[in-house]
Parts: sequence; C-alpha cells; structure tokens
Amino acid sequence: MAAAGDVFRQGLPEVGAGKLHVLAVDDSHVDRKVIERLLKISSCKVTVVESGSRALQYLGLDGEKSSIGFDTVKVNLIMTDYSMPGMTGYELLKKIKESSVFREVPVVVMSSENILTRIDSCLEEGAEEFLLKPVKLSDVKRVTDFIMRGEGKKGVEKSHKRRRSDDCTPPSPSALHSKKSRLSI
Amino acid sequence: MDKIHSHRQVAAIKHSLFDQGYLDEQFIQLEELQDDANPNFVEEIVTLYYRDSSRLISNLDHTLERNPLDFNKLDTLMHQFKGSSSSIGAKRVKAECTLFREYCRARNGEGCRRSFQQMKKEYATLRKKLETYFQLARQAGPLETAYRPK
Repeated sequence: MAAAGDVFRQGLPEVGAGKLHVLAVDDSHVDRKVIERLLKISSCKVTVVESGSRALQYLGLDGEKSSIGFDTVKVNLIMTDYSMPGMTGYELLKKIKESSVFREVPVVVMSSENILTRIDSCLEEGAEEFLLKPVKLSDVKRVTDFIMRGEGKKGVEKSHKRRRSDDCTPPSPSALHSKKSRLSI
Repeated sequence: MDKIHSHRQVAAIKHSLFDQGYLDEQFIQLEELQDDANPNFVEEIVTLYYRDSSRLISNLDHTLERNPLDFNKLDTLMHQFKGSSSSIGAKRVKAECTLFREYCRARNGEGCRRSFQQMKKEYATLRKKLETYFQLARQAGPLETAYRPK
C-alpha cells in the first residue's frame, strides 16, 4: 500500500514496474510521432499530447479536480517542446515545478533553436535537460537511462545548486557532460 | 538476381538524394527507427509531413498576400514549417526556410516571396523523389530476401 507521502513522490519509477511512463508534449504532429517512436524504442510507456494545456489536463493540474487525487496519473518524465502556441514549454515547466505532486518529475525541454538565454532560463526553472531538435535516439536513451538509474531523485538537492556549477554533486559523468555541453555553447 | 538489382537501385537513389543535398543525417536517424514491426515508419512520417504541412503552406500563401506584410506572423508560421522539415531531414527545404526567416527579420517582403517560391519548388521535388524511393524500396522488399541462398 502506498503511504500518503508516496503520492507526492512522482519522480521515481516504482520498484519492479519496469517501464518508465513518459508524457511527451509537442504541437507538431510529425514531431509527436517521432518522439513517440524514440521513446517506445527506449522501452518506455508513452502518452503524447499536443499542447501545454492538454498536458496539465492529463496531469490533473488544470484546476478541474478539487481532490488531492490519490488516483493521480503516474509519470516518470515529461518531455516538452519549447515553442508551442498558447502555453510555451517554459510556461508548462513552471506550472509543473509549482505543483506539489509533480515538481519532482524530471522535465526535459526540446527546441530547434539554440538560444543560450532560453536554455539558461529553462535550466534555472528546474528543467533536467535541454535537447536540441531534431532529437536523436541517443539523446532519448541517455535521458531515460539517467532517469531509470534513479538519479533523477537527486533533483531536489540539485535544483538548489544548479546555479553554482562548482558545488554540483556530479550525478554521473555523462549527464553532467550533457548539461555542460548545453551551457557551454 | 532481380532482388539484388532492385536493392542496388534503391541504394543508388538514396545515395543521390544525399549527394545532391535533398536529405540530411536526420533521414538516416529515422530509418534506424524502423524494424520488422515498423518497416514503413519513415514513409509514414514523410506522408504525415506532406499532409500536415500543406495547411501551413496555404496559410503562408495567404499571409504573403496581405498588405502590409505581417512579418512576425510569417516568421512564426515558417518556424513551425521549418521544424517539421528538419524532423524528416529535408535539407534543401530547411535551407530555404532559414533564408525566408532571414528575409522576415530584415523586413524584406520581396525576398520572402522569392524564397517562398523556391521553397515550394524544393518541397515538390523532394516529394516526387521520395515517392519514387519508397515505391522502389517496397517493391524490393526486405533486404534479407535478396540474399537468401538458393
């Protein structure tokens, strides 16, 4: 039986559950099909939605439900496009990080535009990673492996240290490299 | 022997598509996502791309007819179109999109119209070439059957 506290720890895959459940958000139909395939090949269960507001609806964060929701959906990773009409990926990221239920779920932002200020603000807001589009299978595998190893749970400790890269406890060489490679462009 | 010949033909077409800059690395990335259970994934994605983007293109067409031109809207529409084109590895189409966006930022309406016409040409050419490629690839069948020992 899950204890009440477990409802709030959405970031970790359940022991023995096997597959990560990933929520992918993108307004482009082509990109939705591609990311879905990339995730399925990486052995993930995938839910794909076309907008930030649909994503919030799916997560139960759209203000419709009044209950805390012991039947909240379980998501281990959220991958979102940055540029979307209506709510941007950045705005979605903020809403997720403001949620007590989902704030520990790692969020990866994807964008076709390599804009340093954009990357910085997403990472500052708590994004796990920023991927340049078109996203490759190796990117997806790296991210999902990282989450599966449970290193996403260090998100709480890391988020306070994200701005001081010197003090960052390196989670793993490859993950730190990917973050640095985004920041050092 | 026929099968092997068909496969060589398919390979030659693919080679020239890359040589002439119609496609880039992303197309190969997509091909690597195909398997026995999903043998036509790339063709499905390309079909989806042409279906979806036709809406964007007619939207761009209408927006280019306005006077004065709404460069911000044009840039936003083209950004979406460029994204999808990039996702299928449409290298030449993507290059025209980039040029178009530069003209938008320079508020150069004539440049926008020119590069848009050029983009539509590349878009149509690529479609024909890919249709031929996919048709031949389907006819040739899975690579293994070509080399099955008698």
